[in-house]
Amino acid sequence: MEILSHLAGGFLVVFDPLNLGLVILGVTVGLFIGAMPGLGSVNGVAILLPMTFLVPPTSAMIFLAAIYYGAMYGGAISSIMLGIPGASTAVATTFDGRPLALKGQADKALIVAAGASFIGGTISIALFTGFAPLLAHVALDFGDPEIFALMLLAFATFVGLSGDDVPKTIFSICIGLVFSAVGLDIMSGEPRLIFMDISGFMHGINFLVLAIGVYGIGEMLWTIEISRGETQMSKATITLPGILAHLLGTLKLWKSWTIGSLLGFFVGILPAAGATPGSLMAYGITKMTAKDPRAFGKGEAAGVAAPESANNAASTGSMLPMLTLGIPGSPTTAILLGGMVIWGLIPGPMLFVEQTEFVWGLIASLYAANLFAFLINIGFVPAFLWMLKMPFTILAPTIFVLSLIGGYAPDENMHDVWLMLIFGVGAYLLRKLDYPMAPAVLAIVLGPIAEPKMRQSLLISGGDITIFFTRPIAGPITVIAIALLLLPLIQLIWRTIRKPA
Amino acid sequence: MRTLTNRIFVCCAAAVIGVAFMTASAVTSGAYAAWEPNKPVEFVIMAGKGGGADKMARLMQSIVEKHKMSPMPLLPVNKPGGSGAEALVHLNGKKGADADHTIMVTLNSFYTTPLRQPGLGVDSLTFAPIARMAEDTFLLWVHKESGITDVDGFVAAAKAKGNNWIMAGTGKASEDNLLTDFLNAAYGLNIKYVPYKGGGTVAKQLAGQHANSTVNNPSEAEGFYKAGTVVALAAFTDKRLPAFPEAPTFKELGKDFEYYMQRSVVGAPKMSAEALAYYQGLFKAVFESAEWQKYRTDKSLRGDLISGDAMKAYWQENNERHRQMLIKMGAIKG
Repeated sequence: MEILSHLAGGFLVVFDPLNLGLVILGVTVGLFIGAMPGLGSVNGVAILLPMTFLVPPTSAMIFLAAIYYGAMYGGAISSIMLGIPGASTAVATTFDGRPLALKGQADKALIVAAGASFIGGTISIALFTGFAPLLAHVALDFGDPEIFALMLLAFATFVGLSGDDVPKTIFSICIGLVFSAVGLDIMSGEPRLIFMDISGFMHGINFLVLAIGVYGIGEMLWTIEISRGETQMSKATITLPGILAHLLGTLKLWKSWTIGSLLGFFVGILPAAGATPGSLMAYGITKMTAKDPRAFGKGEAAGVAAPESANNAASTGSMLPMLTLGIPGSPTTAILLGGMVIWGLIPGPMLFVEQTEFVWGLIASLYAANLFAFLINIGFVPAFLWMLKMPFTILAPTIFVLSLIGGYAPDENMHDVWLMLIFGVGAYLLRKLDYPMAPAVLAIVLGPIAEPKMRQSLLISGGDITIFFTRPIAGPITVIAIALLLLPLIQLIWRTIRKPA
Repeated sequence: MRTLTNRIFVCCAAAVIGVAFMTASAVTSGAYAAWEPNKPVEFVIMAGKGGGADKMARLMQSIVEKHKMSPMPLLPVNKPGGSGAEALVHLNGKKGADADHTIMVTLNSFYTTPLRQPGLGVDSLTFAPIARMAEDTFLLWVHKESGITDVDGFVAAAKAKGNNWIMAGTGKASEDNLLTDFLNAAYGLNIKYVPYKGGGTVAKQLAGQHANSTVNNPSEAEGFYKAGTVVALAAFTDKRLPAFPEAPTFKELGKDFEYYMQRSVVGAPKMSAEALAYYQGLFKAVFESAEWQKYRTDKSLRGDLISGDAMKAYWQENNERHRQMLIKMGAIKG
């Protein structure tokens, strides 16, 4: 009951005209920033942080959280419409969102993305409201071996039962892992794999550079080849009954958004992870548990619902360690945390006790931001669909230019742009040879988390690998992950026995 | 149809560009010196987004913006690569007008990174000395449930656990690593040092009892300290810190040792004298602002503003000290 009265107090804060206006402005700005390739919530929040000194801290936080939320919705738009991930968190949305758009079902993809985002956001905010202090404790219990086990599980979902060619999937993961190892190694303090001593490699390979190269440039080259320039993009049309039908259709994808929401939220609350791994893992697990995993990657609505519900759930989740522990769960919350410090608020265990108006105002604003982001997004769907009516001869150069901007924006470095072009051509060639590229993208996201966690764990245990099996949380996760990794092998043996020569 | 699509594109682009401009529009005022920046100033941060250095850089940027101290905005750019190697190389290569429009927030990796990686061709002492804004302090922390209340208790417990006593810290050969080496040498301990990515993560390792101790900055451990989760045992300072009156200094405990982290703003080595004078004036104003003074008190920072020759002398002394510490550690040859 105490929670409800706090929440009611929070809603009073949000319904202040200034705050409500900031929520609506924030989600709209966020939607467009998220929709621009390369620019995500991190950039949006960082750019607008100084503006928030004009208003009280609670309003400032509400504004930034609304941008964060809006960007999560917006990221899906360019993933689906152009095939370029709008933000790192929307990479998994391109896997099936883009094929859906190519099949002429862009309207369905956009609405499923918005619907799933809304559901994921709602479920996670409800969990946040009810269990924040308790969950903060869970986040603390996750040490290095636990996080490594979770990362292993994520890799396993992409290998086991994936329906793709297993050796090629493993090859793709390995390529991604090698790229993720480039740059400074924090464990030894030494730079690694600095190709030709080019200083741009020192900050490592930003995975957005790989993702935009693969999905923006690589896909465009592929489309040009298969269509020989004659591609007419899908002619999706939109009507009000159509919107309602697709929203009802979203509800039927309950399995994927349940997985997405819960997994996204949980991965989001773990410091070090964040929305990108959360959405990729949700995609992997949904695909693995689907009746027909082979349909994924070719335009399956469930493959849009899972990552979109997960990235919204994770963005709420990552606020939890930020507020309760003072540790950011994602790069965006790291900047929000910086903002809170500048406003004179001390994030950490005492915040819920000392700053109830701030905390509950923020929580209530998440409900409002989620609702408005959903409504505004649906309202813009017809406008987004117009984009697809462009002839491909105009769309292709547009994608190319937006990819270049997207590659440059995160670190403002020309080195990244060249690298992205090389990745694009490489991805196109690998695609011709039928290699799946999603696992490489997954590896470059998860590799930098998994590798130090494994080495920290082994350093703590003195090189004893049983540390991954004997701990109460890490143990079961590791065992499940290994079982999944071995599954293709077991199936192979099973089939050989069943089909005697 | 095509014009409509174009219009939508233009609208999207305009919205984003508009937002960027709103933040960038700092209005001219104040006259420090004849030279003034005539394009936006690149404000390089030698660390990743969200860390201590990043928070401080963004605070400085917001102070400049709030009081309209500069005719041109400061644009923060994070270059965390290679423990600051990327940022140092970046500044080192700036020439002409670019050198006059690039400044950087720096830490102690300003000394250690060039010492450890001579191949970079960077000499810390050649950078333009704009201002040392503060020195951050370090304390020794343990979890409340360890039952340890003083350094004697810490030494006894760490001795009993030997190589299984875990100190979490930020990166190999970082400030935290140097302090762990000091503790090992001064008290005959064999603590195991496990590096993590940033001070916040390190604080969490201790709060979750995945590590036995840390040497966090006050700002990093503050939240858990106020909640009573962690205990401050001693400070690596010359005087007790007002925010942690119960923690004695190592000097009081008979070890002649103190250690600080510089929080400084430097310019590119090829920066002109006129530009240097301008930035020295700008950051003096930032230092004297009420916001910066409050931040200094709240975060237990110490050290007065120094710049110019005094700052060069300070660097010389600290560079030599870090060289000796790294030699002792075995990270570099003598």
